[in-house]
Amino acid sequence: MFRHLLILALGLGLAGAVQAQDLQPVLQTHADEIAKPSRGSVSIALDDLIATGAPQVSDFLERWQNKGVWQRDDDGIFYFADESGDDLALQDIDSGAQLVVPADGFTQLKPNGGVRRLIGTALVQFQLTDPDADRRSTAVDSIARRPDESQLAPLLKSIDGEADKQLKARKIQLANFLSASFAPDASDRIAAINSMSTDTSIEARAVLNQILTVTTSVSATEPEGNVARILTVGGDLSQSEAYGRLVDAGLAPPVIAPNDIRDALAANVVDGRAGGMPTAQLNTQAAREKAYAALAQAGTVPPLVTMDEQRAATENHIFFERYTEETPAITEAARAALDRIETRVGVAQTVDLTLDALSLASIYFLAAIGLAITFGVMGVINMAHGEFIMMGAYTGYVVQLFVPDYTVSIIVALPLAFAITFAAGVVMERLVIRHLYHRPLETLLATFGISIALQQLAKNIFGTQARPLTSPAWLDGALVFSDVIQISYIRIAIFVLALLFLGLILFVLKRTRLGLEVRAVTQNPGMAASMGINPDRINMLTFGLGSGIAGIAGVAIGLYAKVTSEMGADYIVQSFMTVVVGGVGNVWGTLAGASLIGFLQKGIEWFNPSNTLAAQTYMVLFIILFIQFRPKGIVAQKGRAAAD
Amino acid sequence: MRKTFISENPSILWFIGLLGLFTLAVVVGSEATGTGLISTSMVKTLGKTLCLCLIAIAMDVVWGYCGILSLGHFAFFGIGGYAIGMWLMYARTEIIVLNSLEGQIIPPTSQEVTDAIGNQIFGVVGSSEFPWLWALSDSLFLQLLMVALVPGLLALVFGWLAFRSRVTGVYLSILTQAMTLALSLWLFQNDSGLRGNNGLSGLQNIPGFEQTPQAVISLVFFLGSALALALGYLLFAWVVSGKMGSVVQGIRDNEARVRFLGYRVESYKLFIFTLTAVVSGIAGALYYPQAGIINPAELATIASIYLAVWVAIGGRGRLYGAVIGAAFVSLLSSWFTGGGAPAIDLGFYTILWTDWWLVLLGVSFVCVTLFFPKGIGGLFDYLIRKPS
Repeated sequence: MFRHLLILALGLGLAGAVQAQDLQPVLQTHADEIAKPSRGSVSIALDDLIATGAPQVSDFLERWQNKGVWQRDDDGIFYFADESGDDLALQDIDSGAQLVVPADGFTQLKPNGGVRRLIGTALVQFQLTDPDADRRSTAVDSIARRPDESQLAPLLKSIDGEADKQLKARKIQLANFLSASFAPDASDRIAAINSMSTDTSIEARAVLNQILTVTTSVSATEPEGNVARILTVGGDLSQSEAYGRLVDAGLAPPVIAPNDIRDALAANVVDGRAGGMPTAQLNTQAAREKAYAALAQAGTVPPLVTMDEQRAATENHIFFERYTEETPAITEAARAALDRIETRVGVAQTVDLTLDALSLASIYFLAAIGLAITFGVMGVINMAHGEFIMMGAYTGYVVQLFVPDYTVSIIVALPLAFAITFAAGVVMERLVIRHLYHRPLETLLATFGISIALQQLAKNIFGTQARPLTSPAWLDGALVFSDVIQISYIRIAIFVLALLFLGLILFVLKRTRLGLEVRAVTQNPGMAASMGINPDRINMLTFGLGSGIAGIAGVAIGLYAKVTSEMGADYIVQSFMTVVVGGVGNVWGTLAGASLIGFLQKGIEWFNPSNTLAAQTYMVLFIILFIQFRPKGIVAQKGRAAAD
Repeated sequence: MRKTFISENPSILWFIGLLGLFTLAVVVGSEATGTGLISTSMVKTLGKTLCLCLIAIAMDVVWGYCGILSLGHFAFFGIGGYAIGMWLMYARTEIIVLNSLEGQIIPPTSQEVTDAIGNQIFGVVGSSEFPWLWALSDSLFLQLLMVALVPGLLALVFGWLAFRSRVTGVYLSILTQAMTLALSLWLFQNDSGLRGNNGLSGLQNIPGFEQTPQAVISLVFFLGSALALALGYLLFAWVVSGKMGSVVQGIRDNEARVRFLGYRVESYKLFIFTLTAVVSGIAGALYYPQAGIINPAELATIASIYLAVWVAIGGRGRLYGAVIGAAFVSLLSSWFTGGGAPAIDLGFYTILWTDWWLVLLGVSFVCVTLFFPKGIGGLFDYLIRKPS
């Protein structure tokens, strides 16, 4: 007896203890809704389930959503189950006890898509407070993707308990977005909107724009509702657009288009006449309209709507845009917040543009500085400079064929490219250019001959398709300051490289014996020679140096652009412009020229972002004009050296 | 004997005579009028070569005589081609459109015709509106005027700006190259109104002569090109002879000294620059109907440099040199790149001339500049002993 009592008591006690947390009884109360849920009925079951506060609820919802819940046909008990072949690995929802049984006699619960979404929404509040930070952030992301009124309350509740600082900030931001759109109280919404006015993220702008959605409509009387603005015909709307809206709203008869007139006339030709006029005469619009009017009078076609009638119709109506949001205070706040955000975005864009322009300027600087040295010091136009850039880039490519590690290969390629193009430059100077000093136009042509030969040679060796020059992994990606301002690491690297070379060249020219001699030869070769400087040797070294730098520029350019045999030709004209605009024979001049051209190009692109060709056209035109007014460039040489 | 212009320049008679003989030979050999020894496509190639010779002598005058290395004359050539191409395309499309609208019960209005033509021409660039550039394209006379006016005006404005600020030497070369680059970039845009990189096509079909076989049309254009070349040669020979020619060559040799002598150097340069630009435009207008298609790639900066290469190889400072250079290099180039030249088998590597021609051209160009600054034309100096 005692034993029986004990068992009973135990049973009761256990039952009592577990009752607060057991899900199965609640599930059984709503067995029908859970077994065959529909979007209308399932929410009651969901609410009751959540109300139990049992820890298994989120587990259950998740399993249910993923079709991992099965029901025993005999008694309708629900189990978690995994299917394996013909067997089911059952797990008791409350106790967690496991059992493997044949799948016969069990039915899988397959909620449809709409129900699964509802389950998911209900799940979010559990996930928001999940101990696992990853799951919390997934939940936050899923809210951000599909913001919904019902998520606001759980989200707000979860903010206080959030331990992760970053996630907390994200939750607060998201809660603001949600309350801006969905908070029941207008003042709460306005407060949320105001707090968003410093947030430049695309999401924030999207939320505000969502609030500011307008519908255009037309009415004969003073418009009602939260009117965004009245559209003036002739200003905001063209006459024909305005009339088209009237037609769409069913407030006016449609205009008969010229094509329709023609077709109507063609359909009503009788004995070679349409509308009383011979068809041969219907070759002007006026004649056609006259004939059509005759047909309309006879009632065979709908009457023509004249311009005057159209004008009268549009004048009698008011065209306006109306916010879908009905409370004016909210739309005003949103408008003000959006304006403030846009000002901030504008500032950020300017910063971003400046960074872009800076990186473009450093590319031009790298490409042009070698040219500036040869052009400025020796007065030699080297049309093959672009091909030296190409040689440098191909050197990088070939090195990568042998050295698989990208970091090492770049470190090897930079000096190797310098050495190869230095040698090529020296050879070219010895063989060709030396014989052509004092004949600058012929140097131009001879180097052009070399340029086409080298280009074709590269094409014969490497083929016409672009070759990759892969940057090391640590140069991938971008430095992100905000949604608007970001700059890729490669561009930073090129910028640093350009700075490095600026320093290096200045050092060589100003602080070394070679630089001294180079400057002496630049200023007066004859005098320099009589001072014991060998101008021949200096010219050779200068040309080699200029070409070597082109080779290094080639590696840098190859990292972000494609390596092709024509890549040099793409840079040669720009490089010449840089040198000419900047002023010949001066490192600072080249820097100024590169900056001017870089900033100018980005600036023009910003005004007309869709058309980079137009940007280049305008830039070239600007340079042509610029040279008219400063023929010697920004930093002009003075004195004897300036004479041709 | 009184010295006349011709007797002073016997090379003119030689040139005109040889050109006449050559033209006669082609007429006799052509499919249209003679034995058919020379195919129609060959006649076209020869006709185009004559146009290239014409622009080459213009280039020779501006560079070889006046010392301005213009890298923009092929742009003027292209402008001439576009100007005539606009009329050819408009007029031909108009005929096609009118034919297709023929059978309609209600005759088309002029607006409908214009719309249909616009649709046909600009469909490829997603437009059907006629841009303002085409305002005159329905008139052959006005477009012919444009062939000369547009390059002339462009050269005048550009030259005035450049020469006024004393931009000379390599700076001027780069500036003209920039002008060419700007023009070709602009033409590459779809919304510039000249069909973007599609260019103008079907130019070999001359409106109103649909029934005339291409053999005849190509011969007519060949004769036209020959006549233009002869006239151009006479014109330039006259310009570079006499006092004016001396001043121009003086500018080439020492601009400052000529200026100090009191000549208005800028005006002379501007005149030569503009005149050669106009002739280039005319040459282009004759060239492209024979080529059949013009697109912005034709105006690329490289084309103008090739022009300088022809003149340099042929020999600067003598008009027949330019003709020889242009004819020699362009025909040789089409022979090599067209697969006409036999491949050379080295055992371990086969030299295909389609791949190696440009290398050869580049290297030989360097050699000419280094060793034969007078070019092929310089060889004549050995043949003809100058009367001392």
